[in-house]
Amino acid sequence: MSKAEIKSPLPGMFYRRPSPESAPFKNDGDAVSAADVIGIVEVMKSFHEVTAGVDGKAIRFLVDDADAVMAGQALAEVEA
Amino acid sequence: MTIHSVLVANRGEIAVRIIRAAKALGLRTVQVHSQADAGSLAVKLADEAIDIGPAAAKKSYLNIEAVLAAAKAAKVDAIHPGYGFLSENADFAEAVVAAGMKFVGPDAAAIRLLGDKVAARQVAARAGVPTVPGSDGRVSDLTEAAAIVSRIGFPVMIKAAAGGGGRGIRIAHSLEEFERHFPQASAEAAAAFGDGGLYIEKVIEKARHIEVQILGDGTNFVHCYERECSLQRRRQKVWEEAPAAGLPADVRKRLCDSAVALARSVGYSGAGTVEYLYDDASRDFYFIEVNTRIQVEHPVTEMITGLDLVQEMLRIAGGQPLSVSQDDIVIAGHAIECRINAEDPHRGFMPGPGPVETLAVPEGEGIRFDTMLFAGYAVPPFYDSLLGKLIVHGADRDACLAKLRTALAGLGISGIPTTVPLHQALAADADVAAGRFHTRFLEHWLETKFAAPPSGTREVA
Repeated sequence: MSKAEIKSPLPGMFYRRPSPESAPFKNDGDAVSAADVIGIVEVMKSFHEVTAGVDGKAIRFLVDDADAVMAGQALAEVEA
Repeated sequence: MTIHSVLVANRGEIAVRIIRAAKALGLRTVQVHSQADAGSLAVKLADEAIDIGPAAAKKSYLNIEAVLAAAKAAKVDAIHPGYGFLSENADFAEAVVAAGMKFVGPDAAAIRLLGDKVAARQVAARAGVPTVPGSDGRVSDLTEAAAIVSRIGFPVMIKAAAGGGGRGIRIAHSLEEFERHFPQASAEAAAAFGDGGLYIEKVIEKARHIEVQILGDGTNFVHCYERECSLQRRRQKVWEEAPAAGLPADVRKRLCDSAVALARSVGYSGAGTVEYLYDDASRDFYFIEVNTRIQVEHPVTEMITGLDLVQEMLRIAGGQPLSVSQDDIVIAGHAIECRINAEDPHRGFMPGPGPVETLAVPEGEGIRFDTMLFAGYAVPPFYDSLLGKLIVHGADRDACLAKLRTALAGLGISGIPTTVPLHQALAADADVAAGRFHTRFLEHWLETKFAAPPSGTREVA
């Protein structure tokens, strides 16, 4: 079974929800398609959507909501 | 003075600025910092530094308990909150005083009153300050709101009572749009500010943003003239000046006097700013809001008046009367400030934190660079993108602009993108040179005169 990593395009704070009160964009085990938003990176008070970039049967997050992340860091992995 | 030490509850360039002012007054300085800011210039400059938590501001700079615990441990007499973070948090101001320290700023009651945009509008109206046509207070239901907008005409702004800093604002151009936005705005305000209260103001088209610096010691109140901050992008100020170009003397007097009347009406203590919209065509000005803190752009006022506003704030907190009377404060020359941000103006203002490789700072009479940068410093991604402020003073506006062009050419920051190229283009623009701008000038100018290729990732807010 092949796995793909979704990497953060930017350094900053990673959020798994569109707002603190909302449900997460994706939960562990959810299927994703390439265009799906899986989280937001906040860098210097501007917010950038992160899309899955690949289709997959199941996503598994490698970082928690509101974790600091570096550019290129793996945010999640996706089972093809 | 009754205070001998101060804790700086902020970061970045303003923390450096406060430490320098406090040192000039002989105060012991204590800098709190997040784990991401352990290597910051403010930490290096302060007499003591205390780690108050992780990078996320919520867990450090916005953590009231952590800041107070540090202040108690360091046994400081006062806390300076800077701008942003806890600077306009009345609960924090109250907690500082309850813990036996001075809050460098107005008392909690004034912060609470003026921080509520609806209450502030009523304070202004009572003090005789003209307000933008709109609702008399909060509007709770759509029917009442629709009646008001039919009276004042479109476009209108739907603003969150608890908002500020350009946040929580929606514009409607028609009744249909208004009826769609109003419930959404209320829900959004409740989520963002914990208060769904809304009020309505008419949009003044092609208005200029002009604000008046005030100082009060609870008994005496003065203004330090006005600043113009019309060049904005996404409601964030980019370039500021003092005084406002071409403002007629009689308007200046009425404007500044109205700010003092407002300060007097609430017994204001500390430094503050009364913000207005100014309509060039009709020469009318309208109150927008009061900021009860030091502002980012305070240096342009310092450059034309010779005052040190941060030292003045510390002296007022230390129980001293204002060091100046109104007659002592006069305008000398013209000053312009450029906000230098870690953003790439050619890539949709994409933020670019990271290490600064080299830093060259222009020097000379009337040139000032307020910054937290040094060569080798890694700008963290967790906070705002302001790297520093280049402030230039000249005998008049033309001389100031000429000096600014030279100063910008001498400012070299390598390793990260900056907004220096944007400022170079603005400083060379004919409309800017003529002072022909308003609050929506810059966004249009960016689209038409400063072509930027689209950025790689999509920005959502």
